[in-house]
Amino acid sequence: MEFHTKTLTELSAALAAGETSSRALTEYFIARFDAFDGALNTLVTKTFERALADADAADARRAAGQSLGSLDGLPFAHKDIFCTKGVKTTCGSKMLDNFISPYDATVVEKLKAAGMVCLGKTNMDEFAMGSSNETSYFGPVKNPWDADKVPGGSSGGSASAVGARLVLATTGTDTGGSIRQPAAFCGITGIKPTYGRVSRYGMIAFASSLDQAGVFATTAEDAAHVLQAMSGFDERDSTSMERPVDDLVSSLADSLKGKIIGLPKQFFAEGLEPEVKAAVDEAINEYKKLGAVVKEIDLPNIGLSVPVYYVVAPAEASANLSRFDGVRYGHRCDNPADLTDLYERTRAEGFGDEVKRRIMMGAYALSSGYYDAYYIKAQKIRRLIRDDFLKAFEEVNIIAGPTTPGLPFGLGEQTDDPVTMYLNDIFTIGVNLAGLPGMSIPVGMAKGLPIGLQLIGKHFGEAELLNAAHQYQQATDWHKQMPAAYQ
Amino acid sequence: MSLDSDAIKNIAHLARIAVSEEDLQAYAKDLSNILDMVDQMNAVDVSGVEPLSNALDQTQRLRADVVTEQNQRDELQACAPQTENGLFLVPRVIE
Repeated sequence: MEFHTKTLTELSAALAAGETSSRALTEYFIARFDAFDGALNTLVTKTFERALADADAADARRAAGQSLGSLDGLPFAHKDIFCTKGVKTTCGSKMLDNFISPYDATVVEKLKAAGMVCLGKTNMDEFAMGSSNETSYFGPVKNPWDADKVPGGSSGGSASAVGARLVLATTGTDTGGSIRQPAAFCGITGIKPTYGRVSRYGMIAFASSLDQAGVFATTAEDAAHVLQAMSGFDERDSTSMERPVDDLVSSLADSLKGKIIGLPKQFFAEGLEPEVKAAVDEAINEYKKLGAVVKEIDLPNIGLSVPVYYVVAPAEASANLSRFDGVRYGHRCDNPADLTDLYERTRAEGFGDEVKRRIMMGAYALSSGYYDAYYIKAQKIRRLIRDDFLKAFEEVNIIAGPTTPGLPFGLGEQTDDPVTMYLNDIFTIGVNLAGLPGMSIPVGMAKGLPIGLQLIGKHFGEAELLNAAHQYQQATDWHKQMPAAYQ
Repeated sequence: MSLDSDAIKNIAHLARIAVSEEDLQAYAKDLSNILDMVDQMNAVDVSGVEPLSNALDQTQRLRADVVTEQNQRDELQACAPQTENGLFLVPRVIE
Protein backbone atom coordinates (compact mmCIF):
# COMPACT_ATOMS: atom_id res chain seq x y z
CA MET A 1 0.00 0.00 0.00
CA GLU A 2 1.21 3.53 -0.75
CA PHE A 3 0.88 4.86 2.78
CA HIS A 4 2.22 8.33 1.96
CA THR A 5 -0.78 9.12 -0.26
CA LYS A 6 -3.17 8.43 2.65
CA THR A 7 -4.11 10.62 5.58
CA LEU A 8 -3.32 9.86 9.22
CA THR A 9 -7.05 9.41 9.74
CA GLU A 10 -7.09 6.71 7.04
CA LEU A 11 -3.99 5.02 8.45
CA SER A 12 -5.56 5.08 11.91
CA ALA A 13 -8.62 3.29 10.51
CA ALA A 14 -6.36 0.76 8.75
CA LEU A 15 -4.60 0.05 12.06
CA ALA A 16 -7.91 -0.35 13.86
CA ALA A 17 -9.15 -2.77 11.17
CA GLY A 18 -5.98 -4.84 11.43
CA GLU A 19 -5.10 -4.11 7.78
CA THR A 20 -1.62 -2.94 8.67
CA SER A 21 0.66 -2.56 11.69
CA SER A 22 2.52 0.30 13.30
CA ARG A 23 5.76 -1.51 12.41
CA ALA A 24 4.79 -1.59 8.73
CA LEU A 25 3.92 2.13 8.78
CA THR A 26 7.08 3.03 10.66
CA GLU A 27 9.32 1.03 8.32
CA TYR A 28 7.56 2.59 5.33
CA PHE A 29 8.14 6.18 6.43
CA ILE A 30 11.72 5.43 7.56
CA ALA A 31 12.30 4.22 4.00
CA ARG A 32 10.90 7.52 2.68
CA PHE A 33 13.35 9.48 4.83
CA ASP A 34 16.19 7.20 3.69
CA ALA A 35 15.27 7.72 0.06
CA PHE A 36 14.61 11.46 0.02
CA ASP A 37 15.99 13.25 3.04
CA GLY A 38 19.54 13.48 1.74
CA ALA A 39 18.31 16.13 -0.69
CA LEU A 40 15.78 17.91 1.57
CA ASN A 41 17.75 17.95 4.88
CA THR A 42 14.58 17.91 6.99
CA LEU A 43 15.95 15.86 9.91
CA VAL A 44 18.70 16.95 12.29
CA THR A 45 18.47 13.73 14.32
CA LYS A 46 16.99 10.38 13.31
CA THR A 47 15.49 8.16 16.02
CA PHE A 48 14.61 5.21 13.80
CA GLU A 49 15.65 2.39 16.16
CA ARG A 50 13.70 3.83 19.04
CA ALA A 51 10.76 4.39 16.67
CA LEU A 52 10.71 0.72 15.61
CA ALA A 53 10.69 -0.35 19.27
CA ASP A 54 7.86 2.12 19.98
CA ALA A 55 5.97 0.78 16.95
CA ASP A 56 6.30 -2.79 18.20
CA ALA A 57 5.02 -1.67 21.60
CA ALA A 58 2.02 -0.01 19.91
CA ASP A 59 1.28 -3.19 17.96
CA ALA A 60 1.54 -5.26 21.15
CA ARG A 61 -0.89 -2.91 22.93
CA ARG A 62 -3.36 -3.16 20.09
CA ALA A 63 -3.09 -6.98 19.99
CA ALA A 64 -3.83 -7.04 23.73
CA GLY A 65 -6.89 -4.83 23.28
CA GLN A 66 -5.18 -1.93 25.05
CA SER A 67 -4.77 0.61 22.25
CA LEU A 68 -4.18 4.15 23.51
CA GLY A 69 -6.59 5.59 20.94
CA SER A 70 -6.79 6.82 17.37
CA LEU A 71 -3.19 8.10 17.23
CA ASP A 72 -1.59 5.00 18.76
CA GLY A 73 1.17 3.67 16.49
CA LEU A 74 1.11 6.52 13.93
CA PRO A 75 4.54 7.87 12.85
CA PHE A 76 5.41 11.59 13.03
CA ALA A 77 8.39 13.85 13.82
CA HIS A 78 9.07 16.63 16.35
CA LYS A 79 10.57 20.02 15.59
CA ASP A 80 13.99 20.05 17.25
CA ILE A 81 12.86 22.76 19.65
CA PHE A 82 11.05 20.27 21.92
CA CYS A 83 13.24 18.71 24.62
CA THR A 84 13.23 14.95 24.17
CA LYS A 85 14.67 12.84 26.98
CA GLY A 86 17.81 10.96 25.99
CA VAL A 87 17.81 12.49 22.47
CA LYS A 88 19.91 15.34 21.12
CA THR A 89 17.86 18.57 21.16
CA THR A 90 19.67 21.31 19.24
CA CYS A 91 17.15 24.07 18.41
CA GLY A 92 19.10 24.37 15.15
CA SER A 93 22.11 25.80 16.98
CA LYS A 94 25.78 24.99 17.45
CA MET A 95 25.16 26.13 21.04
CA LEU A 96 23.15 22.94 21.69
CA ASP A 97 24.91 20.58 19.26
CA ASN A 98 26.03 18.48 22.25
CA PHE A 99 22.84 18.76 24.33
CA ILE A 100 21.12 15.49 25.25
CA SER A 101 17.95 16.58 27.02
CA PRO A 102 17.49 15.11 30.50
CA TYR A 103 13.69 15.52 30.31
CA ASP A 104 10.69 15.53 27.97
CA ALA A 105 8.71 18.62 26.98
CA THR A 106 5.01 18.39 27.84
CA VAL A 107 4.16 18.16 24.12
CA VAL A 108 6.57 15.23 23.82
CA GLU A 109 5.02 13.54 26.86
CA LYS A 110 1.50 14.04 25.54
CA LEU A 111 2.11 12.62 22.07
CA LYS A 112 4.02 9.73 23.64
CA ALA A 113 1.03 9.10 25.91
CA ALA A 114 -1.17 9.03 22.80
CA GLY A 115 1.12 6.32 21.38
CA MET A 116 2.55 8.31 18.47
CA VAL A 117 5.87 7.07 17.11
CA CYS A 118 8.56 9.77 16.73
CA LEU A 119 10.92 9.21 13.78
CA GLY A 120 13.24 12.11 14.54
CA LYS A 121 13.85 15.78 15.19
CA THR A 122 13.31 18.24 12.36
CA ASN A 123 15.62 20.98 11.12
CA MET A 124 14.74 24.60 11.89
CA ASP A 125 16.06 28.14 11.86
CA GLU A 126 18.45 28.65 14.78
CA PHE A 127 16.42 29.20 17.96
CA ALA A 128 13.38 29.60 15.64
CA MET A 129 14.69 32.95 14.37
CA GLY A 130 14.16 33.05 10.63
CA SER A 131 11.65 32.82 7.81
CA SER A 132 13.57 30.57 5.41
CA ASN A 133 15.33 27.85 7.46
CA GLU A 134 18.64 29.31 6.26
CA THR A 135 19.87 30.26 9.75
CA SER A 136 20.11 26.62 10.88
CA TYR A 137 23.55 25.45 12.02
CA PHE A 138 22.71 22.18 10.26
CA GLY A 139 22.28 23.71 6.81
CA PRO A 140 19.25 24.92 4.89
CA VAL A 141 16.18 22.79 4.21
CA LYS A 142 14.94 22.58 0.61
CA ASN A 143 11.40 23.19 -0.57
CA PRO A 144 9.95 19.89 -1.88
CA TRP A 145 8.27 21.71 -4.79
CA ASP A 146 11.51 23.26 -6.03
CA ALA A 147 14.90 22.48 -4.49
CA ASP A 148 16.14 25.99 -5.33
CA LYS A 149 13.46 27.57 -3.13
CA VAL A 150 13.28 27.89 0.65
CA PRO A 151 10.67 25.89 2.60
CA GLY A 152 9.91 28.87 4.83
CA GLY A 153 10.78 29.07 8.48
CA SER A 154 11.38 28.72 11.21
CA SER A 155 9.72 25.26 11.17
CA GLY A 156 11.16 24.53 7.70
CA GLY A 157 12.15 20.91 8.32
CA SER A 158 8.74 20.02 9.75
CA ALA A 159 6.94 21.63 6.80
CA SER A 160 9.18 20.25 4.08
CA ALA A 161 8.96 16.71 5.50
CA VAL A 162 5.15 16.77 5.39
CA GLY A 163 5.15 18.56 2.01
CA ALA A 164 7.22 15.70 0.54
CA ARG A 165 5.09 13.15 2.45
CA LEU A 166 8.19 11.75 4.19
CA VAL A 167 5.86 11.65 7.17
CA LEU A 168 2.25 12.80 7.51
CA ALA A 169 2.41 14.97 10.62
CA THR A 170 5.02 17.01 12.46
CA THR A 171 5.04 19.43 15.35
CA GLY A 172 6.07 23.06 14.95
CA THR A 173 6.20 26.32 16.82
CA ASP A 174 5.03 29.76 15.73
CA THR A 175 6.27 33.02 17.26
CA GLY A 176 5.63 35.30 14.27
CA GLY A 177 4.47 32.93 11.54
CA SER A 178 6.83 29.95 11.87
CA ILE A 179 4.06 27.39 11.31
CA ARG A 180 1.78 29.26 8.90
CA GLN A 181 4.41 30.63 6.50
CA PRO A 182 6.26 27.31 5.94
CA ALA A 183 2.88 25.52 5.65
CA ALA A 184 2.00 27.96 2.85
CA PHE A 185 5.39 27.55 1.13
CA CYS A 186 5.26 23.73 1.30
CA GLY A 187 1.59 23.34 0.29
CA ILE A 188 0.30 21.80 3.52
CA THR A 189 -2.01 22.50 6.46
CA GLY A 190 -0.56 24.14 9.56
CA ILE A 191 -2.23 25.42 12.72
CA LYS A 192 -0.96 27.62 15.53
CA PRO A 193 -3.48 27.57 18.39
CA THR A 194 -4.34 30.33 20.84
CA TYR A 195 -1.48 31.52 23.08
CA GLY A 196 -1.55 29.35 26.22
CA ARG A 197 -3.50 26.47 24.63
CA VAL A 198 -0.49 24.14 24.28
CA SER A 199 2.13 23.95 27.03
CA ARG A 200 5.46 25.66 26.44
CA TYR A 201 7.18 23.52 29.09
CA GLY A 202 10.30 22.00 27.56
CA MET A 203 9.86 23.99 24.35
CA ILE A 204 13.05 26.03 24.07
CA ALA A 205 11.96 29.63 24.58
CA PHE A 206 12.42 32.36 21.97
CA ALA A 207 9.87 35.11 22.81
CA SER A 208 7.79 33.88 25.71
CA SER A 209 4.77 36.15 25.24
CA LEU A 210 4.42 35.04 21.59
CA ASP A 211 5.67 31.41 21.36
CA GLN A 212 3.07 28.72 20.76
CA ALA A 213 3.32 25.10 19.59
CA GLY A 214 1.19 23.64 16.82
CA VAL A 215 0.90 21.04 14.07
CA PHE A 216 1.61 20.39 10.39
CA ALA A 217 -0.39 17.77 8.51
CA THR A 218 -1.76 17.14 5.03
CA THR A 219 -5.38 17.76 6.09
CA ALA A 220 -7.24 19.83 8.68
CA GLU A 221 -8.83 16.64 9.99
CA ASP A 222 -5.43 15.08 10.73
CA ALA A 223 -4.21 18.32 12.30
CA ALA A 224 -7.31 18.37 14.53
CA HIS A 225 -6.56 14.92 15.90
CA VAL A 226 -2.93 15.71 16.72
CA LEU A 227 -3.66 19.16 18.14
CA GLN A 228 -6.37 17.64 20.34
CA ALA A 229 -3.76 15.34 21.89
CA MET A 230 -1.23 18.18 22.39
CA SER A 231 -3.56 20.74 23.95
CA GLY A 232 -4.48 21.36 27.56
CA PHE A 233 -3.57 23.02 30.82
CA ASP A 234 -0.11 22.37 32.24
CA GLU A 235 0.83 23.69 35.65
CA ARG A 236 4.51 23.64 34.63
CA ASP A 237 3.88 26.48 32.13
CA SER A 238 2.90 29.61 34.03
CA THR A 239 1.05 31.04 30.99
CA SER A 240 -0.84 27.83 30.20
CA MET A 241 -4.60 28.49 30.16
CA GLU A 242 -6.66 26.74 32.82
CA ARG A 243 -9.58 25.99 30.56
CA PRO A 244 -11.03 22.76 29.12
CA VAL A 245 -10.02 21.84 25.55
CA ASP A 246 -12.84 21.95 23.02
CA ASP A 247 -13.60 18.86 20.94
CA LEU A 248 -11.76 19.77 17.74
CA VAL A 249 -12.96 16.77 15.74
CA SER A 250 -16.73 16.55 16.24
CA SER A 251 -17.38 19.99 14.72
CA LEU A 252 -15.35 19.39 11.54
CA ALA A 253 -18.46 18.40 9.59
CA ASP A 254 -20.50 21.48 10.60
CA SER A 255 -21.94 23.61 7.81
CA LEU A 256 -20.43 27.02 7.07
CA LYS A 257 -23.82 28.48 6.10
CA GLY A 258 -24.14 31.97 7.51
CA LYS A 259 -20.59 32.12 8.88
CA ILE A 260 -19.16 35.58 8.45
CA ILE A 261 -15.62 35.80 7.08
CA GLY A 262 -13.84 39.11 7.55
CA LEU A 263 -11.35 40.28 4.93
CA PRO A 264 -8.96 42.92 6.30
CA LYS A 265 -8.53 45.56 3.61
CA GLN A 266 -4.92 46.01 4.72
CA PHE A 267 -4.15 42.38 3.69
CA PHE A 268 -5.16 43.00 0.08
CA ALA A 269 -3.25 46.22 -0.50
CA GLU A 270 -0.05 46.94 -2.42
CA GLY A 271 2.83 44.52 -2.08
CA LEU A 272 0.71 41.40 -2.54
CA GLU A 273 1.93 39.36 -5.53
CA PRO A 274 -0.84 38.99 -8.16
CA GLU A 275 -0.65 35.16 -8.25
CA VAL A 276 -1.18 35.02 -4.49
CA LYS A 277 -4.05 37.49 -4.64
CA ALA A 278 -5.75 35.52 -7.44
CA ALA A 279 -5.56 32.23 -5.51
CA VAL A 280 -6.80 33.82 -2.29
CA ASP A 281 -9.71 35.51 -4.13
CA GLU A 282 -10.63 32.14 -5.65
CA ALA A 283 -10.58 30.52 -2.19
CA ILE A 284 -12.85 33.24 -0.82
CA ASN A 285 -15.25 32.52 -3.70
CA GLU A 286 -15.24 28.86 -2.71
CA TYR A 287 -16.17 29.86 0.85
CA LYS A 288 -19.09 31.87 -0.54
CA LYS A 289 -20.24 28.74 -2.41
CA LEU A 290 -20.07 26.89 0.91
CA GLY A 291 -22.52 29.39 2.38
CA ALA A 292 -20.22 31.82 4.12
CA VAL A 293 -20.80 35.57 3.96
CA VAL A 294 -17.88 37.88 3.30
CA LYS A 295 -17.37 41.29 4.87
CA GLU A 296 -14.54 43.80 4.56
CA ILE A 297 -12.96 44.73 7.89
CA ASP A 298 -10.46 47.33 9.05
CA LEU A 299 -7.36 46.58 11.14
CA PRO A 300 -5.99 50.13 11.20
CA ASN A 301 -2.83 49.38 13.22
CA ILE A 302 -1.87 46.05 11.64
CA GLY A 303 0.80 47.76 9.51
CA LEU A 304 2.78 48.34 12.72
CA SER A 305 2.99 44.62 13.51
CA VAL A 306 6.47 44.15 12.07
CA PRO A 307 8.11 47.09 13.92
CA VAL A 308 6.37 46.15 17.18
CA TYR A 309 7.39 42.52 16.81
CA TYR A 310 11.03 43.42 16.15
CA VAL A 311 11.16 45.15 19.50
CA VAL A 312 9.11 42.72 21.62
CA ALA A 313 10.51 39.46 20.23
CA PRO A 314 14.24 40.40 20.38
CA ALA A 315 13.77 41.90 23.87
CA GLU A 316 12.26 38.68 25.16
CA ALA A 317 14.84 36.62 23.24
CA SER A 318 17.74 38.54 24.77
CA ALA A 319 16.40 37.66 28.23
CA ASN A 320 15.60 34.03 27.38
CA LEU A 321 18.89 33.32 25.64
CA SER A 322 20.94 34.70 28.52
CA ARG A 323 20.70 31.16 29.92
CA PHE A 324 23.26 30.00 27.35
CA ASP A 325 26.33 30.88 29.37
CA GLY A 326 28.65 27.91 28.89
CA VAL A 327 28.23 26.85 32.52
CA ARG A 328 25.36 24.39 32.90
CA TYR A 329 24.86 22.87 29.42
CA GLY A 330 25.64 23.47 25.77
CA HIS A 331 28.73 24.82 24.06
CA ARG A 332 31.67 26.24 26.05
CA CYS A 333 34.69 28.05 24.60
CA ASP A 334 38.18 26.67 25.19
CA ASN A 335 40.52 28.13 27.84
CA PRO A 336 38.46 31.07 29.13
CA ALA A 337 40.63 33.75 30.74
CA ASP A 338 37.93 34.82 33.18
CA LEU A 339 34.15 34.66 33.63
CA THR A 340 33.40 37.52 31.21
CA ASP A 341 35.63 35.93 28.57
CA LEU A 342 33.83 32.61 29.15
CA TYR A 343 30.43 34.19 28.53
CA GLU A 344 31.44 36.39 25.62
CA ARG A 345 33.41 33.84 23.62
CA THR A 346 31.02 30.97 24.37
CA ARG A 347 28.14 33.03 23.02
CA ALA A 348 30.15 34.42 20.07
CA GLU A 349 31.07 30.86 19.01
CA GLY A 350 27.77 29.15 19.86
CA PHE A 351 25.29 31.55 18.23
CA GLY A 352 24.91 32.32 14.53
CA ASP A 353 24.64 35.82 13.03
CA GLU A 354 20.84 36.22 13.08
CA VAL A 355 20.59 35.10 16.70
CA LYS A 356 23.36 37.52 17.70
CA ARG A 357 21.65 40.37 15.84
CA ARG A 358 18.38 39.74 17.66
CA ILE A 359 19.97 39.37 21.08
CA MET A 360 21.83 42.64 20.57
CA MET A 361 18.70 44.37 19.24
CA GLY A 362 16.84 43.17 22.35
CA ALA A 363 19.62 44.15 24.74
CA TYR A 364 19.56 47.63 23.20
CA ALA A 365 15.76 47.97 23.40
CA LEU A 366 15.84 46.98 27.07
CA SER A 367 18.86 49.09 28.01
CA SER A 368 18.78 52.07 30.31
CA GLY A 369 17.40 55.15 28.57
CA TYR A 370 15.78 53.25 25.68
CA TYR A 371 13.35 50.97 27.53
CA ASP A 372 10.38 53.36 27.41
CA ALA A 373 11.00 54.48 23.84
CA TYR A 374 11.17 50.95 22.49
CA TYR A 375 9.82 48.19 24.71
CA ILE A 376 7.01 50.06 26.49
CA LYS A 377 6.01 51.87 23.31
CA ALA A 378 5.88 48.57 21.42
CA GLN A 379 3.71 47.02 24.12
CA LYS A 380 1.30 49.95 23.91
CA ILE A 381 0.95 49.57 20.14
CA ARG A 382 0.59 45.83 20.71
CA ARG A 383 -2.57 46.62 22.65
CA LEU A 384 -3.93 48.71 19.75
CA ILE A 385 -3.25 45.84 17.33
CA ARG A 386 -4.91 43.29 19.65
CA ASP A 387 -7.93 45.53 20.24
CA ASP A 388 -8.41 46.02 16.47
CA PHE A 389 -8.75 42.23 16.12
CA LEU A 390 -11.14 41.96 19.09
CA LYS A 391 -13.31 44.71 17.61
CA ALA A 392 -13.37 42.99 14.21
CA PHE A 393 -14.39 39.72 15.86
CA GLU A 394 -17.51 41.38 17.25
CA GLU A 395 -18.80 41.27 13.66
CA VAL A 396 -17.13 38.25 12.04
CA ASN A 397 -16.49 34.59 12.91
CA ILE A 398 -13.22 34.18 11.07
CA ILE A 399 -10.71 36.46 9.38
CA ALA A 400 -9.14 35.35 6.09
CA GLY A 401 -6.38 36.58 3.82
CA PRO A 402 -3.07 35.58 2.28
CA THR A 403 -0.56 33.81 4.54
CA THR A 404 2.41 35.38 2.74
CA PRO A 405 2.80 38.34 0.40
CA GLY A 406 4.54 36.23 -2.24
CA LEU A 407 5.48 32.79 -3.55
CA PRO A 408 8.36 30.81 -1.98
CA PHE A 409 11.58 32.72 -2.69
CA GLY A 410 14.98 31.41 -3.73
CA LEU A 411 17.67 30.09 -1.38
CA GLY A 412 20.09 32.93 -0.64
CA GLU A 413 17.80 35.49 -2.25
CA GLN A 414 16.91 37.42 0.93
CA THR A 415 19.83 36.73 3.25
CA ASP A 416 21.66 40.03 2.64
CA ASP A 417 19.26 42.36 4.41
CA PRO A 418 17.54 41.25 7.64
CA VAL A 419 14.70 43.77 7.21
CA THR A 420 13.71 42.36 3.79
CA MET A 421 13.53 38.90 5.37
CA TYR A 422 11.42 40.20 8.27
CA LEU A 423 8.76 41.56 5.89
CA ASN A 424 7.87 37.99 4.84
CA ASP A 425 5.88 37.72 8.06
CA ILE A 426 3.86 40.90 7.55
CA PHE A 427 0.48 39.05 7.52
CA THR A 428 1.23 36.52 10.25
CA ILE A 429 2.93 38.50 13.03
CA GLY A 430 -0.17 40.42 14.18
CA VAL A 431 -1.85 37.13 15.09
CA ASN A 432 0.93 36.31 17.57
CA LEU A 433 0.88 39.82 19.04
CA ALA A 434 -2.87 39.36 19.62
CA GLY A 435 -2.52 35.76 20.91
CA LEU A 436 -5.06 34.48 18.36
CA PRO A 437 -5.17 31.06 16.68
CA GLY A 438 -4.17 30.99 13.01
CA MET A 439 -3.92 28.46 10.21
CA SER A 440 -2.63 28.18 6.69
CA ILE A 441 -4.17 25.86 4.10
CA PRO A 442 -3.11 25.33 0.48
CA VAL A 443 -5.48 27.06 -1.97
CA GLY A 444 -3.65 27.24 -5.28
CA MET A 445 -0.47 26.94 -7.30
CA ALA A 446 1.50 29.36 -9.48
CA LYS A 447 4.80 28.74 -11.28
CA GLY A 448 4.75 25.23 -9.81
CA LEU A 449 4.71 26.58 -6.25
CA PRO A 450 1.97 26.40 -3.61
CA ILE A 451 -0.04 29.33 -2.19
CA GLY A 452 -1.55 29.48 1.29
CA LEU A 453 -4.74 31.00 2.67
CA GLN A 454 -4.49 32.24 6.23
CA LEU A 455 -7.49 31.74 8.52
CA ILE A 456 -7.53 33.59 11.84
CA GLY A 457 -9.88 32.70 14.68
CA LYS A 458 -11.14 34.19 17.91
CA HIS A 459 -9.26 33.35 21.09
CA PHE A 460 -9.81 29.59 21.64
CA GLY A 461 -11.57 29.36 18.26
CA GLU A 462 -9.46 26.39 17.07
CA ALA A 463 -12.52 24.20 16.45
CA GLU A 464 -14.15 26.88 14.29
CA LEU A 465 -10.93 27.35 12.28
CA LEU A 466 -10.42 23.63 11.72
CA ASN A 467 -14.08 23.30 10.70
CA ALA A 468 -13.63 26.05 8.10
CA ALA A 469 -10.43 24.46 6.79
CA HIS A 470 -11.96 20.98 6.67
CA GLN A 471 -15.06 22.14 4.79
CA TYR A 472 -12.87 23.84 2.19
CA GLN A 473 -10.85 20.63 1.84
CA GLN A 474 -14.04 18.58 1.35
CA ALA A 475 -14.92 20.79 -1.62
CA THR A 476 -11.46 21.19 -3.21
CA ASP A 477 -8.31 19.15 -3.75
CA TRP A 478 -5.42 21.60 -3.38
CA HIS A 479 -4.41 19.80 -0.18
CA LYS A 480 -4.03 16.58 -2.19
CA GLN A 481 -1.44 18.08 -4.57
CA MET A 482 1.93 16.46 -4.08
CA PRO A 483 5.31 17.46 -5.50
CA ALA A 484 6.07 15.22 -8.49
CA ALA A 485 9.55 14.29 -7.28
CA TYR A 486 8.11 12.65 -4.14
CA GLN A 487 5.05 10.86 -5.49
CA MET B 1 18.30 55.90 14.41
CA SER B 2 21.85 55.07 13.49
CA LEU B 3 24.38 53.18 15.61
CA ASP B 4 28.15 53.46 15.27
CA SER B 5 30.89 50.97 16.13
CA ASP B 6 31.26 52.26 19.68
CA ALA B 7 27.56 51.79 20.33
CA ILE B 8 27.77 48.24 18.99
CA LYS B 9 30.72 47.50 21.29
CA ASN B 10 28.64 48.64 24.24
CA ILE B 11 25.54 46.65 23.18
CA ALA B 12 27.65 43.53 22.50
CA HIS B 13 29.08 43.76 26.00
CA LEU B 14 25.59 44.17 27.51
CA ALA B 15 24.61 41.01 25.58
CA ARG B 16 27.85 39.24 26.60
CA ILE B 17 28.74 38.45 22.98
CA ALA B 18 32.30 38.96 21.74
CA VAL B 19 32.28 40.87 18.45
CA SER B 20 35.50 41.23 16.45
CA GLU B 21 36.63 44.66 15.21
CA GLU B 22 35.99 43.68 11.59
CA ASP B 23 32.38 42.65 12.33
CA LEU B 24 31.44 45.87 14.16
CA GLN B 25 30.58 47.73 10.94
CA ALA B 26 28.28 44.99 9.65
CA TYR B 27 26.37 44.82 12.93
CA ALA B 28 26.16 48.63 13.02
CA LYS B 29 24.62 48.65 9.54
CA ASP B 30 22.16 45.80 10.19
CA LEU B 31 21.00 47.05 13.60
CA SER B 32 20.64 50.61 12.26
CA ASN B 33 18.45 49.29 9.41
CA ILE B 34 16.30 47.37 11.90
CA LEU B 35 15.97 50.46 14.10
CA ASP B 36 14.98 52.56 11.06
CA MET B 37 12.16 50.09 10.42
CA VAL B 38 11.21 50.07 14.11
CA ASP B 39 11.05 53.87 14.11
CA GLN B 40 7.71 53.61 12.25
CA MET B 41 6.36 53.36 15.80
CA ASN B 42 7.16 57.05 16.32
CA ALA B 43 4.20 58.09 14.17
CA VAL B 44 1.68 56.58 16.59
CA ASP B 45 0.07 58.50 19.44
CA VAL B 46 -0.16 56.08 22.37
CA SER B 47 -1.10 58.55 25.09
CA GLY B 48 -3.54 56.91 27.48
CA VAL B 49 -2.80 53.40 26.16
CA GLU B 50 -1.61 50.80 28.68
CA PRO B 51 1.22 48.42 27.68
CA LEU B 52 0.04 44.89 26.85
CA SER B 53 2.29 42.04 27.95
CA ASN B 54 -0.17 39.15 27.78
CA ALA B 55 -2.56 39.14 24.82
CA LEU B 56 -5.18 37.27 26.87
CA ASP B 57 -4.88 39.68 29.83
CA GLN B 58 -3.67 36.89 32.08
CA THR B 59 -1.54 37.63 35.09
CA GLN B 60 1.23 35.36 36.28
CA ARG B 61 -0.25 32.28 37.95
CA LEU B 62 1.38 31.38 41.25
CA ARG B 63 1.70 27.96 42.83
CA ALA B 64 2.10 26.84 46.41
CA ASP B 65 5.70 27.06 47.63
CA VAL B 66 6.23 23.34 48.04
CA VAL B 67 8.81 20.89 46.72
CA THR B 68 7.67 19.47 43.38
CA GLU B 69 10.89 18.02 41.94
CA GLN B 70 13.04 15.10 43.01
CA ASN B 71 16.80 15.58 43.24
CA GLN B 72 18.22 14.85 39.77
CA ARG B 73 21.59 16.55 40.16
CA ASP B 74 23.63 13.81 38.53
CA GLU B 75 21.33 13.54 35.50
CA LEU B 76 21.17 17.31 35.06
CA GLN B 77 24.93 17.72 35.38
CA ALA B 78 25.57 15.00 32.83
CA CYS B 79 25.22 17.63 30.07
CA ALA B 80 27.36 20.28 31.81
CA PRO B 81 30.70 21.27 30.23
CA GLN B 82 32.69 20.95 33.47
CA THR B 83 31.70 19.74 36.96
CA GLU B 84 33.46 18.49 40.06
CA ASN B 85 31.94 16.91 43.18
CA GLY B 86 28.47 18.02 42.10
CA LEU B 87 29.52 21.62 41.43
CA PHE B 88 29.59 23.52 38.12
CA LEU B 89 33.12 24.76 37.42
CA VAL B 90 33.80 28.28 36.11
CA PRO B 91 37.01 30.34 35.90
CA ARG B 92 38.17 31.81 39.20
CA VAL B 93 35.99 34.83 40.11
CA ILE B 94 37.40 35.82 43.53
CA GLU B 95 41.15 35.95 44.06
